[in-house]
Amino acid sequence: MWDYAKIALVGLVALCAAIAANYARDAAYLVHAIIIMLASGVAFVWLVRQIDEPKAVAETTGYMDGVVRYGVIATSFWGVVGFLAGTFIAFQLAFPVLNFEWAQGYANFGRLRPLHTSAVIFAFGGNALIATSFYVVQRTSAARLWGGNLAWFVFWGYNLFIVLAATGYLLGATQSKEYAEPEWYVDIWLTIVWVAYLAVFLGTILKRQEKHIYVANWFYLSFIVTVAMLHLVNNLSLPVSIFGAKSVQLFSGVQDAMTQWWYGHNAVGFFLTAGFLGMMYYFVPKQAERPVFSYKLSIIHFWALIFLYIWAGPHHLHYTALPDWAATLGMVFSIMLWMPSWGGMINGLMTLSGAWDKLRTDPIIRMMVVSIGFYGMSTFEGPMMSIKAVNSLSHYTDWTIGHVHSGALGWNGMITFGALYFLVPKLWNRERLYSLAAVNWHFWLATIGIVLYAASMWVTGIMEGLMWREVDANGFLVNSFADTVAAKFPMYVVRGLGGVMYLTGAIIMVVNLWLTATRGEPKAAAAPIAAPAE
Amino acid sequence: MDTYSLTRQFADSWMLLFMTLFFLGVVFWAFRPGSAKEHRDSANIIFRHEDSPDENATEMNPKEVRE
Repeated sequence: MWDYAKIALVGLVALCAAIAANYARDAAYLVHAIIIMLASGVAFVWLVRQIDEPKAVAETTGYMDGVVRYGVIATSFWGVVGFLAGTFIAFQLAFPVLNFEWAQGYANFGRLRPLHTSAVIFAFGGNALIATSFYVVQRTSAARLWGGNLAWFVFWGYNLFIVLAATGYLLGATQSKEYAEPEWYVDIWLTIVWVAYLAVFLGTILKRQEKHIYVANWFYLSFIVTVAMLHLVNNLSLPVSIFGAKSVQLFSGVQDAMTQWWYGHNAVGFFLTAGFLGMMYYFVPKQAERPVFSYKLSIIHFWALIFLYIWAGPHHLHYTALPDWAATLGMVFSIMLWMPSWGGMINGLMTLSGAWDKLRTDPIIRMMVVSIGFYGMSTFEGPMMSIKAVNSLSHYTDWTIGHVHSGALGWNGMITFGALYFLVPKLWNRERLYSLAAVNWHFWLATIGIVLYAASMWVTGIMEGLMWREVDANGFLVNSFADTVAAKFPMYVVRGLGGVMYLTGAIIMVVNLWLTATRGEPKAAAAPIAAPAE
Repeated sequence: MDTYSLTRQFADSWMLLFMTLFFLGVVFWAFRPGSAKEHRDSANIIFRHEDSPDENATEMNPKEVRE
């Protein structure tokens, strides 16, 4: 019965999308309606072709790893796309001629920039989070994913969201909220997918065999729940027409700004920090083959982090229409965040105590350690930049961009690479990675790339901040804005080169993972009770 | 009193107190006497059930299965 209902449902969606495409008021909406029509059309045909097939007995034991495998592939793919977009727009800033005349309005910096941020945060990071959370929650709960094929819906639904978001940016559908650009119908779709994600994750935890919920799952769960809350509040808007992409925000003025940065900073706090800490608390101990340094500290890390992070948003709005007390509150909480962040960093690094020699022999561990190091550095830099006096210099400059990228490339990127290198041999049942030398190359390219990126952005950021505020003896500004842009050119080129190195490393990774999955040495069948358990 | 002032007053008095106490409670809970053994066990969850939900359990700790 449910099979027929599904067919009717996707058929209906395809029909509605076709009607919507017919009445579409703008290009982005038209393209989206066609994409939805095609996606549900493919689902329709696929379901119909299966309907009279004898049903394979649905597997109910064992872990559900197919969806994790797809997630790993999607993560690698979107990673390269996102890094490529980022490197390209970095060179667009250095060489404006790359904003091609024939592509104006579609592929200029303004359109590609949200494509880059969403591709790396939501497509690369989001797929990594979904895949690893599905992997980790099964192993630490000793339970198969709850909800049968619902996990597949989450995967495909989330990636449909990515495609809708990305094409929307190029065609100009944006609600102008940073990291929350997609328009109203894409937001609604993401809400549905996210609720399904929560159900799968929570359902698996509820049927766990382990008494205790492992700390990584706490971090993953806080990420899922908080992102749901942030997404709903920040996207409260009224569509102008159900046949158009444009919508009007319910909040306005400073309330809208505050809501946006409450969302924006907690997207950093819960998407890019809590979720990836979930990865850290599973993959680092696994790769080091030692339990986490202090489980007590991990509990305090978790609660302190989520209690403090949620208040830090106002530091994005220093010296604006936002009341002073709110800005000060955001600053104070940001500074307090130092403690849990560094507690977590120490916990991650000290997990290696007694196994530091692995740093020499295992490039994957090295990647993870560098990642935790960057977590520590960017969570030091962030609170420092939230201090009003520092912020008056750093705000609106490239220092902010450098800070974001030391966190995103260093912490999020490197821990994800580490997790991918860990996962692929396991998921494709291989003895080991195809090439450790390639991991080494990736490690050094990525690390040097980040250093070039962050260092050039520090220099150019502080330089332009100082140039903007420089006044002569009579109190007149010394530099015009164009002067600062011209002065930034060399640093922009260095930043672009850093991006090229990081991208090259990622491509080496993809090749390595591909060869591992296709040509790697198959894992020898486990000898029955060969070694006694410790 | 308007809603804003009311909720604001609640937020920076009772709610703040509740959250502070909750947080201190969590810290105390983590450090409670006898927690070390449980934490050691929890930290080792990741080394069980690597390939399937049922394997290892018996080998690692027969007591767990009985309970």
